[in-house]
Amino acid sequence: MAIDMSQYMDIFLEESKEHLTILNENLLELEKNSGNTDCLNEIFRAAHTLKGMASTMGFEDVADLTHHMENVLSALKEGLLSVTPQVVDVLFQCFDRMQFMIDRLESLGICNTDNTDLIDMLEEIKKGNCGFDRDYETEMPEGQESAETGPSMGFEFNSYDITIINEAINAGSKVYYARISVDPDCMMKAVRAFMVFKSIEEDGEVIKSVPHVQDLDEGKFDSEFELLFTSSGDLQSITKRISNISEINAVISNFSQSSLNEDRQGSTKPLTADNHEAAEQQADTEQRQIHKARKTVRVDIDRLDTLMNLVGELVMHKGCLEQIGATNKIPQLNETIEQMDRISTDLQSIVMIVRMVPIEQVFNRFPRMVRDLAKELNKEIDFIMEGKETELDRTVIDEIGDPLVHLLRNALDHGMELPEERIAAGKPGIGTLILSAQHEGNNVYIDVQDDGRGIKAEAVLAKAIERGLVSQNEAQQLSDNDIHKFLFSPGFSTSDQVTDISGRGVGLDVVKTKIESLNGEISIDTREGQGTRFRIKLPLTLAIIQALMVSVKDEIYAIPLSTVNETSLINQSDIKVIQNQEVIMLRGNVLPLFRLKDILDVPGEDISQSQIYVVVVRKGDNQIGLVVDTLIGQQEIVIKSLGKILSGIPGIAGAIVAGDGNVRLIIDIATLF
Amino acid sequence: MQEIDISQAGVGMADSDEIQVVVFRLGIEEYAIDILNVQEIVRLLNITRIPRVEDYIEGVVNLRGNIVPLLNLHTKFKLQASGLKDERRIIVCQLDETKAGIIVDEVLEVIRLGQKDIESVGDIYTTVSSDQIHGIAKVSGRLLILLDIKKIIMGETAGQGE
Repeated sequence: MAIDMSQYMDIFLEESKEHLTILNENLLELEKNSGNTDCLNEIFRAAHTLKGMASTMGFEDVADLTHHMENVLSALKEGLLSVTPQVVDVLFQCFDRMQFMIDRLESLGICNTDNTDLIDMLEEIKKGNCGFDRDYETEMPEGQESAETGPSMGFEFNSYDITIINEAINAGSKVYYARISVDPDCMMKAVRAFMVFKSIEEDGEVIKSVPHVQDLDEGKFDSEFELLFTSSGDLQSITKRISNISEINAVISNFSQSSLNEDRQGSTKPLTADNHEAAEQQADTEQRQIHKARKTVRVDIDRLDTLMNLVGELVMHKGCLEQIGATNKIPQLNETIEQMDRISTDLQSIVMIVRMVPIEQVFNRFPRMVRDLAKELNKEIDFIMEGKETELDRTVIDEIGDPLVHLLRNALDHGMELPEERIAAGKPGIGTLILSAQHEGNNVYIDVQDDGRGIKAEAVLAKAIERGLVSQNEAQQLSDNDIHKFLFSPGFSTSDQVTDISGRGVGLDVVKTKIESLNGEISIDTREGQGTRFRIKLPLTLAIIQALMVSVKDEIYAIPLSTVNETSLINQSDIKVIQNQEVIMLRGNVLPLFRLKDILDVPGEDISQSQIYVVVVRKGDNQIGLVVDTLIGQQEIVIKSLGKILSGIPGIAGAIVAGDGNVRLIIDIATLF
Repeated sequence: MQEIDISQAGVGMADSDEIQVVVFRLGIEEYAIDILNVQEIVRLLNITRIPRVEDYIEGVVNLRGNIVPLLNLHTKFKLQASGLKDERRIIVCQLDETKAGIIVDEVLEVIRLGQKDIESVGDIYTTVSSDQIHGIAKVSGRLLILLDIKKIIMGETAGQGE
């Protein structure tokens, strides 16, 4: 059995992760909008599928936890429980635990996690204990639960309520149930409700009300509300008293202990086997409906890479064929070659497209992270994500996650003020954090924008002077833009406080390095008091780049065009030597010269020329001149790795297979010197 | 011992103590590597030199779109290459996830070796460290140096240059 299952393990892991993402996403949505039954349904479906998969695979602990979650979820669905922050928190904890278990399954193959703590919590929630009701009703002002999802208007009793009711009955009081409707035209519903309460409290006490007292006080209810109260008076006098209140229509009846029991059964009913099955069936049907729409195939990334290689090879051989056709001049062959050329070009572009994945994959984990962080920091954040569908090559996608996490954390921790500060500064108490992605030409722009306090240029400058990055005199001339660039220097932090979340000063320079290693750029735009925006510019793909092909003696190298500023033809006699370093003057700037043949120890005879080609490249903020023998031209190249054995050679970023079938190396300017 | 008895009883069965090796020539010496490590043997391809690496890394070749590093065992073992250039071959080895090739002067044959034919070596060979050698095999008067190609290839780390 275990062997049979192992082949499904990958699928299980993959799909579980997907379902967990769905769970997290929808729960976040549900937290924002407790009336969103779509989200609840989606959560229920995902949990249900997870449970099914886990138990098929024999991971009982996962299945068990999911099962208990499902119980709570179905109660939520039936409207027997309401979406309170506590419920949401516990569910999030469950999701985290499941993530943990799945991670363990992935790395160890087993998980055997003890989930009794969470299961107990879920059980408690299911019973409606722990004052969850109470909290719900104070924090969820809408009270929609009763109007939309509730099974008519019904009470659910927790043990506390029952004790009170029993006590009241034992003490000789009578318990009454009242359904009170307020005239739809009534202008001040809250006042009417208040009067009803006052009237009851003349000789009794309200045990329970739906919606909660506080909501009634604020008028947050439809035209009806229900009350359960004890009273020493009899039914008639109470009915009369309450009916005397204008614009009120009351139906009052005796409430017996037996009906209490019935009610209690009613509230627990969905958790019995029958009802549960029904819910499952419903979930199944809904699931079928939703899944029909998607038609995708899961493909192993390695296979895509193989496909890419094969297409590359095809293109290469097509080149050979073209040469044969050119030398032999056979018209029929040439025609066929032209056809082949077209097809292979299409094929190449399709393979490239297949490798593109929506940035959603990275973005998806952020809402949850932002929520948790905001909670931890006591900040209120409205997190908006735009352009989730923007596509990037998967090589970029794999790398971009960490820098974004960093920027988001920074924004939350340093950028955003506490709600009080915001209000004091005349801003809305809830901060807005926007994460957006968009295409523009051959680039993708990703923005992380907050409307927080921004960064004080003076503070940055002071810190820069303190750290000796700039002298007092130089500082005078710097523009705000120049000053903000200091933020990207290693170990730079303006935060005086080191928190768990950020501020240790290992921040933005790491982000910058990472982005630059992806051939991207990062810029910052910040206004004090108004907010900060980080903008990341990334190439669409790392697999295909524009490169300048150069030759050095008999060897040919590719220099990524993104690092090339310009090329220039200079006279040998223009080269000066300063402290053993060859330099040239290029438009008034002193440019250090390096000969590629020396740097790369290229063997062979020197070619003597009176004029030499210089490729001016960017290394960090500096410019460097690389001396090469000839410039061959600009070319689109498909980057390949040199493999494990040859990884990490300084100055070499990878290799390409050129049109003639030879391997050429790509120069990595950043590590060349 | 019991295993050997059983296999000897079987007729024409490859037993677990027997390995197949590819025999090749480097200079005037004969070497062998386990055939299970060999993916294919190809003629010499255009080799692109890699700067800033150890000198026994000959370069890389394009093997049907895959970039494969080549080791020059002549340089590594301090041997003189000999024979016709036309007879030189690249033996492409597949080791776990990694591919690498070695340049040999001539590929001779594929033979079976029993474990009893293989003698372990002491530290007498100075050019090849002894842990890169499985042993010396004696086959009808010839001596084959059985290389542990995995150790030789995977033992290399690139990026020794500045």
